[in-house]
Amino acid sequence: MSLFQYRLPELHNMLHNKEISVGELTEESLAAIAERDGKVHAFLTLNEEGARASARELDDKLASGAARGLLFGLPAGIKDNIVTKGLRTTCASQFLSNFQPIYDATVVSKLRQADAVTIGKLNMDEFAMGGSNENSSFGPVRNPWDLERVPGGSSGGSAAAVAAGEVLFALGSDTGGSIRQPASYCGVVGLKPTYGLVSRYGLVAFASSLDQIGPITRNVEDSAYVLQAIAGYDAQDSTSAKVDIPDYLSALTGDITGLRIAVPKEYIGEGVDASVRDTVLSALKVLESLGAVWEEVSLPHTEYAVATYYLLSSSEASSNLARFDGVRYGVRADDGGGLLELYHNSRSQGFGAEVKRRIMLGTYALSSGYYDAYYLKAQKVRTLIKQDFDEVFQKYDVVIGPTAPTTAFKLGSQIEDPLTMYLNDILTIPVSLAGIPAVSIPCGFAEGLPVGLQIIGKEFDERTVLRVAHAFEQHTDHHKQLPQL
Amino acid sequence: MSITVHDVQHVAKLARLHLSPEEEAKLTEQMNAILQYAEKLNELDTENVKPTTHVLQVSNVMRDDVVKESLSQEEALLNAPEDEDGHFKVPAVLE
Repeated sequence: MSLFQYRLPELHNMLHNKEISVGELTEESLAAIAERDGKVHAFLTLNEEGARASARELDDKLASGAARGLLFGLPAGIKDNIVTKGLRTTCASQFLSNFQPIYDATVVSKLRQADAVTIGKLNMDEFAMGGSNENSSFGPVRNPWDLERVPGGSSGGSAAAVAAGEVLFALGSDTGGSIRQPASYCGVVGLKPTYGLVSRYGLVAFASSLDQIGPITRNVEDSAYVLQAIAGYDAQDSTSAKVDIPDYLSALTGDITGLRIAVPKEYIGEGVDASVRDTVLSALKVLESLGAVWEEVSLPHTEYAVATYYLLSSSEASSNLARFDGVRYGVRADDGGGLLELYHNSRSQGFGAEVKRRIMLGTYALSSGYYDAYYLKAQKVRTLIKQDFDEVFQKYDVVIGPTAPTTAFKLGSQIEDPLTMYLNDILTIPVSLAGIPAVSIPCGFAEGLPVGLQIIGKEFDERTVLRVAHAFEQHTDHHKQLPQL
Repeated sequence: MSITVHDVQHVAKLARLHLSPEEEAKLTEQMNAILQYAEKLNELDTENVKPTTHVLQVSNVMRDDVVKESLSQEEALLNAPEDEDGHFKVPAVLE
């Protein structure tokens, strides 16, 4: 049995009792990658030497009996849009194929403080734009449950690496569903915290008003541990929230008696596969049997969320990605005789098709004469979408529905049709626009492919979200199923 | 509102992108489909709705103006495609 089938506190005990060493855990991770990643392609850069060096240091620490961090000795993968000092960080873009960060993201420093071991950097859609991982400049990730299918995106490498047992946990980033949707497709636990709970310092910006880092894990308890380690105010990120960080682990009581659940009719209606809907309804029955009550509600502006999101996120992206010009970092193309040509050539050769499409859309939406019609209009509709949730949360503790309308689709089946691809995110985008927390957990299978249950909470109420997810997990074994690779 | 290939060329110039004729044609078609879908937002009356620029209520964040350690010149230039005498090097801007 793989060591990664143990829960994090079990591994803690085994390390404490010297039944295993950090070196063994690290080697297990590297061996799993050597054996399986040729098929899955979750990793872009391995930190083999660095990981072994960390493991030796941590094993010395273990022998010395010194205090151990919350994630002591655990092999972690990091999405490749989170900068790691001296470890290549590409955002899965040709443009940054040679980029060596000169500092660590705050979450990376926090993982080190918690004594985790960084195994390597994980594949993704280029600059986090996409929902299938087919937009990676370095080749797509494949779904460990069916190698002909996508792992979801944009944190597809993070979800696939955890599902394939290559690392114990991974960090991803979520702008419109990029942690939750791949977690759903790959049958793992993906948590998007409240906007501002986790520092974005060192996360290469896509859409700054939406981007948020979060953990992808095998189970809910591990998710709470990782969140505990990475949450908190950071002076380096002026949008990070000055809130007290509660104890997430003590929230996992298993008790959801009297919990009030809202199920939006828009999340189980037309456009959602019948097999996904049925699986989610069965999950609601489990929660009901544990003492929760659920009622159907309406989030009436759901149908406007995708349009709102693509206008806002593309506008922000067009501004954020203006910094990639071939002058200070990244690949510089031939200047053809002048500075302007250097910008044009570097950007045209450096960016892939989806990134160009979003930059074009965003530049158009922000351009003179169209700002009010598109960008401002979308910001106003964002308010209405947020108000939908505010209203429901006056009466209910959580909102529950599917994470995605379908299970993982086949590679190549949607890549030529961006609008259809964008609509896969219809159930994750409203949460991102509202800035509230949500987790996707495995809740069953449809035709052999994992289905994700999305549990959405109030602003900064990750404790309730995790409590409900954990209670469900205690009474089911979907999260224990493993793909055969 | 529908956009033409000329609009696409104009926006590409603003975004500092060169597009091939094939890319221009494809983007005209795809951007039209996406913008047409976005027209959906006009079904909503937002006359009296305030825009959300940021979900958390934060105002300007200020810090004390104190000198702290920062990146060395060497570090700052580490990823520069070209540099000279401690500077980023670019082609001549003025003839």
